[in-house]
Amino acid sequence: MDFVNIFIRSAFIENLVLAYFLGMCSYLAVSKSVKTAVGLGLAVVFVLGITIPINWMINEYLLAETTNVFGTDLTFLRFILFIAVIASMVQLVEMVIEKVSPALYNSLGIFLPLITVNCSILGGSLFMISREYNLGDSIAFGLGGGFGWFLAIVFIAAIREKIRYSNVPPALRGLGMAFLLTGLMGLAFLGLSGIDPAALTAAAAAK
Amino acid sequence: MAETKIKEAKEPLFGKKERKLLVDPLLDNNPITIQVLGVCSALAVTSLLMPSLVMTIAVVFVCAFSNLLTSLLRNIIPNEVRLIAQLIIIATLVTIVELSLKYFDYPTYKELSVYIGLIITNCIVMGRLEAFAMGNKPWKSFLDGLGNGVGYGIILLVVAFFRELFGKGTLFGAQILPEGYFANNLMVMPAAAMFILAVFIWIQRSRNKELIDIS
Repeated sequence: MDFVNIFIRSAFIENLVLAYFLGMCSYLAVSKSVKTAVGLGLAVVFVLGITIPINWMINEYLLAETTNVFGTDLTFLRFILFIAVIASMVQLVEMVIEKVSPALYNSLGIFLPLITVNCSILGGSLFMISREYNLGDSIAFGLGGGFGWFLAIVFIAAIREKIRYSNVPPALRGLGMAFLLTGLMGLAFLGLSGIDPAALTAAAAAK
Repeated sequence: MAETKIKEAKEPLFGKKERKLLVDPLLDNNPITIQVLGVCSALAVTSLLMPSLVMTIAVVFVCAFSNLLTSLLRNIIPNEVRLIAQLIIIATLVTIVELSLKYFDYPTYKELSVYIGLIITNCIVMGRLEAFAMGNKPWKSFLDGLGNGVGYGIILLVVAFFRELFGKGTLFGAQILPEGYFANNLMVMPAAAMFILAVFIWIQRSRNKELIDIS
C-alpha cells in the first residue's frame, strides 16, 4: 500500500514541476507542441524510474556511513556519483532505445541527451535521500514523480497550442504566458493537496 | 613581436569589452528572463530574502569559478567527454559550497535542502561553460560567469523581495509593513513566483520591443 501512497503523493500532491519547480528549463523549452511533450515526458518517466533506485543502492551500499561496505562516511562524494550515474544511465537508455526501437529513438531526437541536465532527475535523487525512502519507496517515487512531470508538460503543451490563437499582449507572448499558465496550473494542483493517500488506500483495503 | 604588443595593448585588463561581459547579463541578456536558463533550481527558495541571498552567493561562486576552471582546462579536455568533465568540475565546486554552508550556517543549509545540490543541473552554469568558457580566455570567462551569476541573483532577489514583503510583511525577517497587515498567503505559495516573474518579463519586454517572442 505504501507503493500506491507514494506514487499518488509524488505524482499529484507534490508534483515535481508545479510544487518544486524542478525540470523547468526543458519544461518551458519543449512544451510548444503536444507530440514532442509526450515523447520527452515518457523519457523522463523512464529515466527517473531507473536512476532513483540505482542511486538509492549507491547511497546505501557505497556512501552512507552506517550501511556501506567501507565503514567510513563518503557522503561528500554524493553529488559527483549521482550525476555520473544519471549521465551514464541516460547514455545507456539512449543506446538501448536506438537498438530496440529506432522509430521511438528518432521521434525523441535530441531530447534524450538533454535529460541529463533536467533538474528533476537529480532533484528526485536528492529528495529520495532527504526523505529517507527505502528501496520500494524510491521505485514508487521515481515512477510517480516521472508521471507527474509527464502530466505537467503534456498539459501545458496542450494549453500553449490553443493559446496561440488568442490575442495576448505582445510583450507577454511566449515565455511570459508560459510562466503565468504554470502559476495557474500550480494553483489548480494545490487543490489536490487535500487528498490523503493513506486514507484512500485504507478505504480500498477495507472494501 | 610588434604585432603582439599592439594586440596586448588593445586588450586591457578591464576595458569596454570586459565591462560589457559583466554588465550585459544583468538586464539586457539576463539568464533567466531572456536566455530562459536556470529557472529550475531557484524559484522555490524565493519565499524569503535570506535564503535567496545565500543561494545567489552560491550560484555566483559556482558560476564564476567553474567558468574559470573550464577555461583554464579547455585545451586539455577532449571534445567527446567534455560534458562529463564539465559536470565533474561543477559537482566538485557545489560540494565545496555545500560543505561550507553546512559548517557556517546550518539552519539555512537545512532550509535550502536539495536546492544547493541542484546548482549542478542549473542550466546557467552548464550553458555558460558550453557557450563561453570552452572558447574564451580565463579572465573573460571569469567575468562572464560573474555577470551571469549576478544577473540570476538579481531576479531571485526581486522575486524574493515581493514575496516576503507581501507574504509575510517582513524584509530579512524584520517587520516592515504595519502590525495589522493581513499576510497574503498566495505570495508564499510557489505559484506567486511564477506570476511575479511573468510580470517582470512583461515589463522588460514592453520597454525593449526587440525581445518580444514572435511565436
